[in-house]
Amino acid sequence: MSAGPHYTLYHPRWYRRRVSVWWWLQKRSYAAFVTREITSVFVAFFAVVTLWQLRALVQGPEAYERFLARLQTPLFLTLNVVALVFVLFHAITWFNLTPKAMVVRVSGKRLPDGLIIGLNYAAWLVLSAAVAFVLLRAA
Amino acid sequence: MARITPLLWLLFSAGGTVAALLFPVHMLLTGVAVPLGWLEAPRYEALHRLVTHPLTRIYLFVLISLPLFHWAHRFRYTLYDGLQLKHLTVLIAVLCYGAALGGTALAAYLLWNLR
Amino acid sequence: MPATVALTVARYRPERESEPTFETYEIPFRKDWVVLDALNHVKDRLDGSLSYRWSCRMGVCGSCGMKVNGVPKLTCATFLSDYLPGPIRVEPLDYFPVVRDLVVDITDFVRKLKQVKPWIIREDGTSPPAGEYLQTPDQLDAYKQYSMCINCMLCYSACPIYGLEPSFIGPAAIAMAQRYNMDSRDQGAAERLKILSDHDGIWQCTFVGECTKVCPKHVDPAGAIQQYKLTGATHWMKSLLLPRSAR
Repeated sequence: MSAGPHYTLYHPRWYRRRVSVWWWLQKRSYAAFVTREITSVFVAFFAVVTLWQLRALVQGPEAYERFLARLQTPLFLTLNVVALVFVLFHAITWFNLTPKAMVVRVSGKRLPDGLIIGLNYAAWLVLSAAVAFVLLRAA
Repeated sequence: MARITPLLWLLFSAGGTVAALLFPVHMLLTGVAVPLGWLEAPRYEALHRLVTHPLTRIYLFVLISLPLFHWAHRFRYTLYDGLQLKHLTVLIAVLCYGAALGGTALAAYLLWNLR
Repeated sequence: MPATVALTVARYRPERESEPTFETYEIPFRKDWVVLDALNHVKDRLDGSLSYRWSCRMGVCGSCGMKVNGVPKLTCATFLSDYLPGPIRVEPLDYFPVVRDLVVDITDFVRKLKQVKPWIIREDGTSPPAGEYLQTPDQLDAYKQYSMCINCMLCYSACPIYGLEPSFIGPAAIAMAQRYNMDSRDQGAAERLKILSDHDGIWQCTFVGECTKVCPKHVDPAGAIQQYKLTGATHWMKSLLLPRSAR
């Protein structure tokens, strides 16, 4: 292989457009894709909040009260609401894309996408209800 | 890196599923409903007792660790593709998966030693 | 219905310019004309120097892929009437080097396609066997969708990852690999695994989903890739936990 393209009369210079660093703003579907990817930051945010809550719980009642008070500040309320919106976006896009990644065949026939998605949402409801029940019982 | 990519993808998928199924309800209760007073906060003693149960420890470990790996994998590709930071690819990978490992280690430590 | 519509076409003549330019042609509007008809009109009547590829003009050869108003399309299947009042912008496919006007170099794609070995592989190396292969309708159903690919490369043009990372093997190549992996007659999945699970294989894909959106034959390459990720990851786990059985 030669070091670089050797342009001749019958192999003229080809044109390659450089991909802009703002490529993800150039199409609505690209922007939606990047928004979906950014939801991971808010997932990490809440994982850290849970870790923080666990640490406060381990440290004792006063530390736990301080944690609860912190969550009531306007800053954390706003962060948590924004994070919840993004995590909901993550959940919905995740469920809607699951049948693409996981093809379930029953006796040779592929289960319809809508069924897989429906099962995901059903699981979501059941698990959410279970978690809410356990947490509220401790109140 | 190519050899452990399947593992990282599996962690990403598991973490994404955990986050999708369980985070919304936890975030609603812990982050919004309780601070705003819509619901009463769980009492410390009851919550502490709940967390010391071995099943709860495992649940919390999964709830914290897997979503962190989900973030690490997805965010690493977002930086790589979105901001075209190809020259920093090793640094980004180390920081992302390192942070996820750190969070996992801390969660494991706290949950193991919880009395 | 207007009498004419403007067609703004990207031109690139390397012998006299270093950057592409645009030229606008006023072409007659016909209700049943597609963009390819318009380009043929330009070449026949207005500017014979226009270069572009086309062949079957009925959506099965995959030659006439271009960007129409920024979206990768088969120009033989894109009606002018959907783009009124115009102007209609026609450009070469993204992420491939432009040779001239609307013609792009597709060597990269062809090379990648060969790498995934898109043919029936039999373990004993012989084919075809004595007599015919037998396959049930359900077995056909498992891969039929992926066999619809006409190698038009619209998916490569839509995939931002291919644009950012030209070494990415790409949607159509993976879909073609899956077409053979899922074919009950094929025994070559292990041979394809190496190239697909490489760094520039399936793991570069972040499931943007644009490839499936632009595919004119509804192949759903994004789905094929995600399914192969699961297969690849499962295979990886098996080889880790049960090294002997994975052989």
